[in-house]
Amino acid sequence: MAKITLKDLSHSYLEKQNSNADWALREVNIDWKDGGAYALLGPSGCGKTTLLNIVSGLLKPTKGSVLFDNKDITSLSPVERDIAQIFQFPVIYDTMTVYDNLAFPLKNRGLSETDIASKVKEIAEMLELTSTLNNRASGLTADGKQKISLGRGLVRSDVNVIMFDEPLTVIDPHLKWVLRSKLKELHQKINRTMIYVTHDQTEALTFADQVVVMHEGQIVQTGTPVDLFEKPKHTFVGHFIGSPGMNILPCEIKDGEINFSGQKIQSHKNIKESNFKKTQLGIRPEFINFSNNGIPVKIKRVSNTGRHKIIDTESSGGNIKILSNSSTEIPSGSAHITFNQKYTYVYGDNWIIE
Amino acid sequence: MNKTINQKAWFFVIPVFVLVAFNAAIPLMTVVNYSFQETFGNNVFAWEGTRWFKQILLSERFHAALGRQIAFTFIILLIQIPLGIGIALTMPKKGWGVPVCLILMSMPLLIPWNVVGAMWNIFALPDIGFLGHSLNGLGFDYNFTQQPGDAWFTTILMDVWHWTSLVVLLSYAGLNSIQPAYYQAAEIDGASRWATFRYIELPKMKKVLTLAILLRFMDSFMIYTEPFVLTGGGPGNTTAFLSIDLVKMALGQFDLGPAAAMSLIYFFIVLLVCWVFYNLMMKNEAQS
Repeated sequence: MAKITLKDLSHSYLEKQNSNADWALREVNIDWKDGGAYALLGPSGCGKTTLLNIVSGLLKPTKGSVLFDNKDITSLSPVERDIAQIFQFPVIYDTMTVYDNLAFPLKNRGLSETDIASKVKEIAEMLELTSTLNNRASGLTADGKQKISLGRGLVRSDVNVIMFDEPLTVIDPHLKWVLRSKLKELHQKINRTMIYVTHDQTEALTFADQVVVMHEGQIVQTGTPVDLFEKPKHTFVGHFIGSPGMNILPCEIKDGEINFSGQKIQSHKNIKESNFKKTQLGIRPEFINFSNNGIPVKIKRVSNTGRHKIIDTESSGGNIKILSNSSTEIPSGSAHITFNQKYTYVYGDNWIIE
Repeated sequence: MNKTINQKAWFFVIPVFVLVAFNAAIPLMTVVNYSFQETFGNNVFAWEGTRWFKQILLSERFHAALGRQIAFTFIILLIQIPLGIGIALTMPKKGWGVPVCLILMSMPLLIPWNVVGAMWNIFALPDIGFLGHSLNGLGFDYNFTQQPGDAWFTTILMDVWHWTSLVVLLSYAGLNSIQPAYYQAAEIDGASRWATFRYIELPKMKKVLTLAILLRFMDSFMIYTEPFVLTGGGPGNTTAFLSIDLVKMALGQFDLGPAAAMSLIYFFIVLLVCWVFYNLMMKNEAQS
């Protein structure tokens, strides 16, 4: 059990780095509290697996350090760090039984047979593997195998952190939900730090207390699922989280006012001027209403998802998506919309202006 | 759902049928024909029943050749399989070393078999060959043309040189197909190098190794050209393996009937061993 700190972490797979694009990770700083449930969220190639492998010790960072309980462990091996990691594909030892698979990490650490037996029994029960303990592991289904991988991580009581690298990728959709609830339940039961890497926002938001959103090797925002939804700090977060994502619209800040397509807009904060190259307005589809006056738009398409209606509209400043209750009457042809001021943000060069 | 029945589809099988008939069944049938009859040339045949089979199965000469053959195959498998795995494990996984190693490894496989025999014959000659001369220079009494032990040693060394590469290449392919996550998991589980090999690499290589053992068994059990060129089966009959003995019987003595019977017995031994071995290896696969 440990608090995990990442300090000024940068990593590159290249020998020489010329531009920002040559870095897989750039200037990452994170504090993870002991016993928390965290998610690393981002699209493929954003550096989340790199970050995870640096924490587990499978990879040495080019720059910066990793601290467990304020102790620098950057140069220690995975075994010395006492961590557990579960991979995208279930990793099992084919020739061993389920029991031997679960006992393997303990045997390697020289525990006595009786200690191993009681530990394995406990974990098998938790993961509902007791009835298959004497079967060969290679005969199990994909989710059964992934449970074994999970079990090998959980069986050691001394681990500092358990890390999951997109562990549900190969699992059937209906079992994904079951395993995810199981993970959440396990976290509450054993109360160990868990880090969960995924590109699936639902997985991240349901599993974690704190979500770290990554984009092009950088951390763009860390926060609770509610923070990420209500107040994205970066246009990428607004765009990536939510379905459909945030509307990002070009705007101008002139004469102490925010201008969007010829209209004066009120944002959550009074912004008088900006020195940014590019300023944008961000508003989630959930926080846009139809009204009698406001921004004129043309209704292009209405899709009914059952619970919501997603309305595609076109304004002179760009396309705007609107989300409303399925019971709401949608005007046809042209309409006027207003933005909820509290949830309207201005972004300067993609970062929120506060 | 109703299945359409159309027996005309069998016509599509005809090309394969003809092909197999010409390259396997018909030549084999002539051998079967010889094995039950006595021939005096001029296409005159006399029925002999199972006489040749009984004669071969009871002949001491056949027992001796079979014994030598089994010993040879067993020894080269025992050397080549572990050695091949060992070399594959030490080969680089990336960088410029990969093509260099792969090409070096493929070289022996590309040399015609009789050239291999001739090469080793000259290489091992006790008076002028590099190997033979050096061994004698070092004080060993080495002469593969005179001493049975030296003949065996040279034949085995030649086969190891010629064929270990095949095991290496197959093992290397098997090793490369293992996902990095397995090694990472083993590292995190605190597995030793030996445990990683025993529980990850070896099980993952099972299929390619089965193939390697089968290929090496078949090829070595039917070996002819290289020992024929190297030792000619000698000194005496000490390196006359089954194929060499068979050719002696068929073409040297012109005993076509017994030679045909021996061919069939030989063929069934190879078939049986392959079948038993393959089924044993794949038994666990089917269970899981």
